[in-house]
Amino acid sequence: MPVMHGLAYDVAHVLAGGMLLVSFVLLYQRRMFAVMNSFALHAIVLALAVVWQAYVQAAPHLYITAAIALLFKGIAIPVALHRIVVRLEIHREVETVIGVGSTMLGGIGLVALSILVVLPVTASSAAFAREDLALALSVVLLGLLMMITRRNAITQVVGFMSVENGLILAATGAKGMPFVVEISVAFSILIAFVVFGMFFFRIRERFDSLDVHYLGTFRGGQE
Amino acid sequence: MNRLAGDVPAAILLIPLAGALIFAVLPGYRLTARLNIFVSLLTLAAATSLLWARPKAGPYLQVDDFNIYLILLNTFVGFTTSIFSASYIDHELEIGRLTPAYLRFYHAMYQWMMFAMNLALLSNNIGLMWVGVETATISTVLLVGIYRTPAALEAAWKYFILGSVGIALAMFGTILIYFAAQSVIGEGLQAMAWTTLVGRAAEFDAPLLNLAFVFLLVGYGTKIGLAPLHAWLPDAHAEGPTPISAVLSGLLLNIGLYALLRFKMLLAANPAALAPGPLMITMGLSSLLFAAIMLYRRRDIKRLFAYSSIEHMGIITFAFGMGGPLANFAGLLHMTMHSLTKSAIFYSVGHVAQIKETQRIDQIGGLSVTHPVLALGLTIGVLAIAGMPPFGIFMSEFLVVSSTFYRQPWLAVPLVAGLLIALGALALHLQGIVFSEPKGGIAPAKASYLPLFAHLALVAVGGIYLPGPLVAWFQHVAKLLG
Repeated sequence: MPVMHGLAYDVAHVLAGGMLLVSFVLLYQRRMFAVMNSFALHAIVLALAVVWQAYVQAAPHLYITAAIALLFKGIAIPVALHRIVVRLEIHREVETVIGVGSTMLGGIGLVALSILVVLPVTASSAAFAREDLALALSVVLLGLLMMITRRNAITQVVGFMSVENGLILAATGAKGMPFVVEISVAFSILIAFVVFGMFFFRIRERFDSLDVHYLGTFRGGQE
Repeated sequence: MNRLAGDVPAAILLIPLAGALIFAVLPGYRLTARLNIFVSLLTLAAATSLLWARPKAGPYLQVDDFNIYLILLNTFVGFTTSIFSASYIDHELEIGRLTPAYLRFYHAMYQWMMFAMNLALLSNNIGLMWVGVETATISTVLLVGIYRTPAALEAAWKYFILGSVGIALAMFGTILIYFAAQSVIGEGLQAMAWTTLVGRAAEFDAPLLNLAFVFLLVGYGTKIGLAPLHAWLPDAHAEGPTPISAVLSGLLLNIGLYALLRFKMLLAANPAALAPGPLMITMGLSSLLFAAIMLYRRRDIKRLFAYSSIEHMGIITFAFGMGGPLANFAGLLHMTMHSLTKSAIFYSVGHVAQIKETQRIDQIGGLSVTHPVLALGLTIGVLAIAGMPPFGIFMSEFLVVSSTFYRQPWLAVPLVAGLLIALGALALHLQGIVFSEPKGGIAPAKASYLPLFAHLALVAVGGIYLPGPLVAWFQHVAKLLG
């Protein structure tokens, strides 16, 4: 390891903690563009965290994962989503299912839960890895919470991408894990397909809104 | 010969992959539909050759007793579905539901999906397997939404959201397994290879394995369609093209289950880890009972059989949850028989829905008068899926029930109740569709009956006589599963 243990831990924790913080920021955004900007920040912090892991673990292939996080999720996807919102004239306000206050409280509960779940069972692993894992699980759970508490299709995709950021954080924190690059590529393909699908299927044309709630009404005729 | 055998697993992946790339650029859907059959046949041939010369496990791919039969099943149903698909899409083009441009996309995605499913089955690596399941999910999401009706888009969106949450959770479980393995085996590829994981699982940290399994059960359980994680499944089956419904039910659900069973083998090898049985029994039974009751009020014929798939996945998960040589044997047999029967049912349902121009059960009637051959196929299929003798599903359900009676008699009560409730529902619907007053279109069917009756014949034979080597083979795998 090229760097002292103490510093390696501290920087990794600051970056992982930073991601958790941005996850909370994502939860209370009320405007669509603010959600996208916060997500871009989320991806940039992830890229920094991965770069740090690549440096500490002396694992050059992780730089590819970091580059994907920065270029694809930090820049390309937010720009594409921005264009979708403008082109398809989607509501610029985020519609929530549950109030912001209770969502934040729920988020705090989820962070406590993931710490309580992960720390005891990983007692035998290295301290660095287990705390990183607890933070990563918190990011994953907060992303899921965002997917549940937002009605809008775009914010659900953003929620899913923040879940994925948490998983990449966990995977890069697991020292020497193979296929991290392949997995991040596979995830990026998944997301690209979905964003492409929004354009392609022009959900706006048919539903007058990207509000997933609209989709639900069509089932009345089916069942 | 041995060198050639080493390349077979790669061939099973590369043939569909090449097919997908060629179909993506090839104009002319008639040629592509035929080529689709040809490519699927080539893949099946490559998979069949594994029976004679089985290559040694490599660092990325492996063929062992467990996955070889699923690979064969996968490529076989992939091949028969491609035949059905060719006659199905002809009709879709005529009525203008699909355009030639969409068909190009459809065929490319079909082969891409076969590639992804074969990758998940063949991989010797928990990460690679996950990539396979994830890729198969994307391609099926796109295929489900291909009609672009509001209902189809809703189904695709729901499937995408629930499916991605599922695979995200499975990914976290996979990372946890790597954590557990890394401290014992060391960093790198070996700590993710099935061949090493199973041998060393006894030394893994048990609490970490337990936590990982919970994530994997919820994650891959979503892909299997276990209640209460099943919400995507009926919509995805009902709104997509019928060949895709056949592949979803017959193959993709099995792949989720295969992934879960592989991880169950790790827990079984570790004496300190929690027993996964009770969790799987609970989820299996609740899926069975829930789906059996839901069968009664269905109005859409494809949705009806989608719920039946949830029911059968419940039975299979229950059987593997019971564990032991007999129940595992029954589970493996049921996986095979369900896959063959359900895809056969969807083949006939696809043609029925095309002729009657509706999927609504109350607008379909008197099939035995208007289309006797299709009615015969559908009736045999439904009788088989409901667990009537002499078909294969009767055999496997009989084994599950009798082993449950022997070991946990009180669990057999809800199990048998679920089976009977489902039987009643299917019989009611069958009566309406096949024997009532003729309703709906009476145009002659331009169907290809070959895949339908080939599957039904196999299911009938499987119920009466299982060849000795196959039985020995299932018994061996059942022992591996613990």
